Amino acid sequence: MKRGFWILAAIIVLLLPWVGNNYFIRLATIMMLYCVLALSWNFIGGLTGYPSFATAAFFGLGAYAGAISQGQGVPMYLAWVIGAALAAIFATGLGLAILRLRGHYFAIASLVVADVLREIVNSTTNLTGGGMGLNLPVLKLGVDAQAKLFYYCMFGIALLTIFTAAYVMRRPLGFGLGCIKQNEDAANIIGINATIFKTIAFSLSAVFVGGAGAFYASWVNYIEPGDVFDILFAIKPIVMVLLGGAGTVSGPIIGAIVFLILEELVWRNFLTFHAGVLGLIVVFLIFYLPDGILDLNYRRWFGWRKN
Amino acid sequence: MLAAVLSRRRSLSEHISMLYLQVLLNGLVLGGLYACIAAGFSLVWGVLNVINILHGTFIVIGSYAAYFAYVYFDIHPLVSIPIAAVILFFIGYALQSGVINKVVAAPVLTTLTLTFGLDLFLNNLLIVAFKADYRKVTLENPLGVLSLSGITVPIDRLAAMALALLLTGLLFWVLDASRVGRAIVAVRMDREAAALMGVKVKKIYALTFAIGAVMAGAAGSLMSLIYPISPLNSGIFLGKAFIICVLGGLGSVPGVMVGGLALGVVESFGALAFGPEHAVTLSFIILILFLLFRPTGIMGKRGFQ
Amino acid sequence: MNPILQLESVTRKFGGLTALDEVSFQINPGEIVGLIGPNGAGKTTLVNLVTAVYGVTRGRIFFDGQRIDGLKSHEISRKGIARTFQIVQPFPKMTVCENVAAGALFAGGAKSVNEAKEQALEHLHFVGLADLASHSAAALTLANRKRLELAKSLAMKPKLLLLDEVNAGLTNVEINKALALIRSLAERGITILIIEHLMKVVLALCSRVVVLHHGQLIAEGAATDVVRNPRVIEAYLGAHFVNQRQKEN
Repeated sequence: MKRGFWILAAIIVLLLPWVGNNYFIRLATIMMLYCVLALSWNFIGGLTGYPSFATAAFFGLGAYAGAISQGQGVPMYLAWVIGAALAAIFATGLGLAILRLRGHYFAIASLVVADVLREIVNSTTNLTGGGMGLNLPVLKLGVDAQAKLFYYCMFGIALLTIFTAAYVMRRPLGFGLGCIKQNEDAANIIGINATIFKTIAFSLSAVFVGGAGAFYASWVNYIEPGDVFDILFAIKPIVMVLLGGAGTVSGPIIGAIVFLILEELVWRNFLTFHAGVLGLIVVFLIFYLPDGILDLNYRRWFGWRKN
Repeated sequence: MLAAVLSRRRSLSEHISMLYLQVLLNGLVLGGLYACIAAGFSLVWGVLNVINILHGTFIVIGSYAAYFAYVYFDIHPLVSIPIAAVILFFIGYALQSGVINKVVAAPVLTTLTLTFGLDLFLNNLLIVAFKADYRKVTLENPLGVLSLSGITVPIDRLAAMALALLLTGLLFWVLDASRVGRAIVAVRMDREAAALMGVKVKKIYALTFAIGAVMAGAAGSLMSLIYPISPLNSGIFLGKAFIICVLGGLGSVPGVMVGGLALGVVESFGALAFGPEHAVTLSFIILILFLLFRPTGIMGKRGFQ
Repeated sequence: MNPILQLESVTRKFGGLTALDEVSFQINPGEIVGLIGPNGAGKTTLVNLVTAVYGVTRGRIFFDGQRIDGLKSHEISRKGIARTFQIVQPFPKMTVCENVAAGALFAGGAKSVNEAKEQALEHLHFVGLADLASHSAAALTLANRKRLELAKSLAMKPKLLLLDEVNAGLTNVEINKALALIRSLAERGITILIIEHLMKVVLALCSRVVVLHHGQLIAEGAATDVVRNPRVIEAYLGAHFVNQRQKEN
């Protein structure tokens, strides 16, 4: 039953660009981007229990790495790989430094990193264009063809993320991260090298986000610091995972989908105040859904077991 | 001829040391204001264990209060502080009793995301109400400039700094000497013990949060003299509050003063050395360095006196 | 035969307080050694030092001939030392089986999560918790939680097992069952160091006893001898009682 559902979903996703208009395709691309962000945060926040707010930093870093590479003539797909790799390397270094901090301090440090990177990007105008932003080469393709191309690319990145997440959760790594989340001292005592496990989780939370950032830059053709280092890129994945339930593969995905639907509804109905309404939604969700929608409904409907 | 060359070199070094003194003084004046910015934030973090993302927006509201009081009622920002204070007191108390009280014991993820959401809402409200354009309080009758052997400081700023330090000191005194203040400290040290001794913990939480908001509003009033006013600035103030709390050590008012002055001086010299646009980056990097190597701050203390 | 555990002048200070002072002794393979002493004598500190919860201030610790006092906790676990905690710390959101599987997976050599779970069931059988395997670890009774700790430690395939007050809070019946269990562990070849308060347990189980007082090792030897040692009596009951005893004799 489970397998069948996901295969059906994958087929629908594959066929969508041929039945929808460009608006829908764009929306679906964003939805898959959100899935990637949510699943990535899940590695460090959901599985390991470390409240990371660094997603915005990784996204912006990947975006600029990709954009600058493309500006130097690097082919687009390679630029995305560069974005992903740079974000992962950065996360490894950052993780070794801040993963030994306790709760509040770790959260702040991870939050501040995005600001620091944004300021650095702002000031190194020669390399990054500074506050004036960076333009990316436009593909020589028609609008429809471009929309479909980027849609399928994002789908590819999302699939990569999903498979990695599923793989990790079945392996000792995922098991160990769960132990660390529940009792880090006990985890150490039974032979888990918590430092290495946490750092791997942190890097995993960065690699696909970095790639998605580079993708985003190519997709929208123009980025500026305030745009890609926006703190909302750190908050939204957290809310999505809280919505859908941490610790599973389907949880963050469903959370991402529901969040996007909410966000679109808000956008269309509250043009000037949409950020404010979004804020209210976040507050509402924090209050009433600490364990995720999944915990309430879908398990009963589908008779699934939790991972 | 030799004497002329020698005397010229002496006044060059004099110039340099006067420059440093000026920069230092600028930093200290700014630092006094910064201490006021962070005092309320540190209080809320220390007592409620809540990192109040709304703090920056509270400061901006205080700035707006001062701005409108000046533009429409001709009240000097230094005098209109009580207006900002009252407005923020009610906002803070209401928010705390209504919303934040429910998550005081929650993990940091929940409280941070919650206050983020609230801030998003409040900040957007401000943008819709007042527009995002930057406003400035340009005083029609500035109090002039104080000058001492070549080093100058605008009197308005000096007065603002003095008031800022006074307010911060007042907070310290209230915590130290008044019944309410001691209750707050007791709740910080041991919530259950305080409850057993008859302290109404929920009320103290609401009061603490409200006091934090009041300090933010007062700081905002004072800052209106120096910083452009816009809802977009809330993040800058919040960032400074973070840095000051970590620099000075969380939970102590003297620590906030030390942290504030330190940040002011660092930014001042940083602007001199690297240019004003890099001063902010410098202060963030210092924050991260402190978090890594000395999270208890310069003073190395924890907990309120 | 080489000792399996050897402490050389091990000292640990916390600021001005000396929790362990120049403690030296060794444990031979196959022994069950009791570690006793009044409250605050440093027994748990000693175990914490061996398992690297924190580091030694001075001195050296050897396990199976290898120096371990600079290593990290997880490295020491993988070398073959397991311990239980006085206040049992399971992984609350996992099942009983998963808790034990964790030990098998990360220190016990299991190659996959499934293999670890299979091994876990065996260990649960051994301690008598097999029918609670799919229950949540947080919902166990105290006695069962202690058994879970034991099973988890067993899953780590230790050569040396450090038991920290496993009998605290148990009824007499439960204690007797625990005794039988510990004896069967020793029969499997696991060397055991047991921190205990209950003399009857010490006398029943231990071939040798080490006594700590104020961080210092004050006596060592066969259980029956140590119990009559005047210094030991003084440590537990005070000098006054020792004098009284001597007068009576």
